[in-house]
Amino acid sequence: MYAYVGRRVLGTLPVILVIALVIFLILHLSGGDPAAIIAGDHATDEDIKAIRDKLGLDRPLAEQFLTWLWNVVQGDFGISIFNRVPVGTLILQRVEPTLMLTLTVIVFSIILALPMGIAAAWYAGTWIDRALMALAVLSFSLPVFVIGYGLVYAFSLQVPILPVQGYRSLADGIGPFARHMVLPTISLGLVYTALLARMTRSSFLEVLSQDYIRSARAKGMASFQLITIHALKNASVPIVTTIGSGIAVLIGGVVVTESVFAIPGIGRLTVDALLRSDFPVIQGVILVFSFFYVILNLAIDLLYTVLDPRIRY
Amino acid sequence: MSEPLLAIDNLRTEFHSDDGSVAAVQHLSLALAPGETLGIVGESGCGKSVTALSIMRLLPRNAGITQGRICIDGRDLSTLTEAEMRKVRGNEIGMIFQEPMTSLNPVLTIGRQLAEATMLHRGWSRREADKRALEMLNLVRIPDAERRLKEYPHQLSGGMRQRVMIAIALSCEPRVLIADEPTTALDVTIQAQILSLISELQRKLGTAVLLITHDLGVVAQTCSRVIVMYAGRKVEEATTVDLFANPLHPYTRGLLGSVPHLSNGTVPMDARLTEIPGIVPAPGQIVQGCAFASRCTLATDRCRAEEPPLVEHTPGHFAACWAVAA
Amino acid sequence: MVDIAALQPRVAAGRLGKLRRFAWRNPVMVFALLLFAAMILVSAFAPLITSFDPVQIDPGNRLKSPSWEHLFGTDAFGRDVFTRTLYGGRVSLAVGAAVAILTTVIGLTIGMLSGYLRAIDPMVMRVMDGIMAIPGVLLAIAIMSVTKASIGTVIFAITVAEVPRMVRVVRSAVLTIREQPYIDAAIATGTRLHRLLLKHIMPNALAPVIVQATFVFASAVIIEAYLSFLGAGTPPEIPSWGNIMAEGRSLALLAIWVILFPGLFLGLMVLATNLLGDSLRDVLDPRMRGRK
Ligand SMILES: Nc1ncnc2c1ncn2[C@@H]1O[C@H](COP(=O)(O)OP(=O)(O)O)[C@@H](O)[C@H]1O
Ligand SMILES: [Mg+2]
Repeated sequence: MYAYVGRRVLGTLPVILVIALVIFLILHLSGGDPAAIIAGDHATDEDIKAIRDKLGLDRPLAEQFLTWLWNVVQGDFGISIFNRVPVGTLILQRVEPTLMLTLTVIVFSIILALPMGIAAAWYAGTWIDRALMALAVLSFSLPVFVIGYGLVYAFSLQVPILPVQGYRSLADGIGPFARHMVLPTISLGLVYTALLARMTRSSFLEVLSQDYIRSARAKGMASFQLITIHALKNASVPIVTTIGSGIAVLIGGVVVTESVFAIPGIGRLTVDALLRSDFPVIQGVILVFSFFYVILNLAIDLLYTVLDPRIRY
Repeated sequence: MSEPLLAIDNLRTEFHSDDGSVAAVQHLSLALAPGETLGIVGESGCGKSVTALSIMRLLPRNAGITQGRICIDGRDLSTLTEAEMRKVRGNEIGMIFQEPMTSLNPVLTIGRQLAEATMLHRGWSRREADKRALEMLNLVRIPDAERRLKEYPHQLSGGMRQRVMIAIALSCEPRVLIADEPTTALDVTIQAQILSLISELQRKLGTAVLLITHDLGVVAQTCSRVIVMYAGRKVEEATTVDLFANPLHPYTRGLLGSVPHLSNGTVPMDARLTEIPGIVPAPGQIVQGCAFASRCTLATDRCRAEEPPLVEHTPGHFAACWAVAA
Repeated sequence: MVDIAALQPRVAAGRLGKLRRFAWRNPVMVFALLLFAAMILVSAFAPLITSFDPVQIDPGNRLKSPSWEHLFGTDAFGRDVFTRTLYGGRVSLAVGAAVAILTTVIGLTIGMLSGYLRAIDPMVMRVMDGIMAIPGVLLAIAIMSVTKASIGTVIFAITVAEVPRMVRVVRSAVLTIREQPYIDAAIATGTRLHRLLLKHIMPNALAPVIVQATFVFASAVIIEAYLSFLGAGTPPEIPSWGNIMAEGRSLALLAIWVILFPGLFLGLMVLATNLLGDSLRDVLDPRMRGRK
């Protein structure tokens, strides 16, 4: 068991290394002077020189990479050009809204997508299936900000029952938090829901045609037990995989959603940094998001052994 | 003969597709007495499984019973609601399938899958059900049963899994057990063990067994009576002794490897099913007359024009063949 | 003798009949194709459909709500939103097509080599896994943040993010195909590597690649809109859907039409592409039905 976990963790190291390398190379192969890009538009020559020295930009590229990587490993993501605050600090300040939004969306989507996908598979080929899957393709195709502004128009302007934008921390009470969360969650969640619903459907379709489902029926099992006890666990591996890989889509959407609804999270931080050409912040954010993604998928890998007894350590 | 426990009367089951409907089983009648073992034999594709699934009302969505009645204890199963039918499945009729490797749920323990049946039909607690599960595993002679309960199907061999399937099917003491080719996927030695296990349990528990197989050897070993099916129809029915001693239908004789050959009188004893020349008419293919005519060495113009009725030739021995009738 | 002239129309009718039957069985594909064609036509023939100019400012006409004259209303500079939306389709189509083609070419090259040459495969796949672990939108943002905004860099940035998935699709197809007997036969007869890849392996890997290219197109259209909307994509003076909506953001409460109509077109374009991809997959590879 421990050996298995150890092997899995080691297996992600090359991926993390490649991520770091790609992010590093984006800056260094862009053609511009990395020091100038990091220093920003208003930097003096001394500023640029100081950065060049700190990052060892006169050294060979490989050495620079190692220096930079060493800094990152120690939690030093560099300094924001805009407000001279360490990038790590900036990100930490913004973690809560983003984490809350992501979690809410994941929960919302799973709750919606599972019944949708299961119903579509159960009634495969009927109008129920077609209607649900049409809905899924539609949600999958509408970009986050289109849904976002559509919802704002409907529920904040036409029927003003929900706030147009902003964020309230859970510390301010569950009511305000929830009211501010509704529209962003739906806007961001629909794409993810569609993704999960489609995978749930195909996974269940596969499972429901298996012999053991027929044996369970021959035992006298009712549909509901059949789905929850016999099919769900079998169908769960591809669904859980999609929950993990779909996070990539979700993170892209977070950036847009936070900017539509003025939520002060990491996504918003990214956009602000982008508009201010604050490259160290962008670099830090991408690193953090990518690591988050890798670690989440590692956790899911480990979850497989619980879901499917045939997967051996 | 005692009152039949399971009676099928003139069953017709069809598959529907965009191109129309096709009968996989037609004009099929049979009666199973309490405690009896009735065999159904026939080549692959002749409608044996469809018959079994029709009884259980577990047909695929594109199939349906379009004619006839299936009664258990005089109760017409087609009149039951789905909820009532669920109480029949696993409780009054147990079923085991051909593929022990895929018939058990891979992510649930053996114990859980065994316990389900009695929890479901008898409302037992998991504790009581587990006790019963252990009893059943011992009954089907699985060594080290206590430990096996906690294991998953992939940890068991094919023969073991089929024993588990039998244990599951019998754990509510159903009065009818349908075994659809229970040994086809197993090694020959394991086959014999499973068959004798079924026979033994049947005697012990008094269960009536409907044993489906494509292998006459299996029938000889276990059944008291046999129905021979061809292309969805019953072509012969007799006691096992009668059938082996005096097969009437040319198809049955072909199965037994003793069909008279026009050239030299007989074919070798080891002739197999598949060595009957010709192919089974595809379901849906409109066949005039007897479905076997195209493969039959005795076929006459009448065989190709008129379908032969099922006729009782000696008491309890039926066959549908013009050549025999004459 | 056979009268060839008399046979001709019947052959044509047979083909037409086949086409009609195919269309009848794949209504989703027909719908998607029509929708897609409509998108191409309205953006290509935008100057014929509308007489307004997509960029000319008309201060007297600011923020008019939709009317017969201005179907989708006007924006903060008095420009006709309908006109700008039609022209905006050109950017999305161009970016989508360019990214789909580039990704396919690059993905095919890397994927075939990686799938065929065992020596480089592990290395290539680690790199692809690494790139795939960076959320596509963020990767594109990072690339855009160090380069000058232009349609070319947008295309480049999105392509980098999309290539790894294509490589995976190609590679897994190649891995299946290379086990087929006809490949052995080709090797046995001394076929050279590049010929083997181009003549034998590529045609057989094409079905999943075409399907994936369709999804890449959809994804590129969305990411371009995201980037422009966030201010890091197509230069703001070009009326792309993302740019039109970005300009409408500050006015969302006042003039929602500036955002909703281009958004709707964007959604329709992506819908058409996704439906096309889904139905192509169902036709080309029934085993992949329902997967994403
Ligand atoms: N899922 C299905 N769809 C269409 N036809 C089927 C299906 N299953 C069985 N059939 C038809 O029913 C006939 C009988 O099948 P079956 O009862 O499974 O044969 P067997 O005697 O080997 O058990 C087959 O020949 C086939 O034509
Ligand atoms: Mg069968």
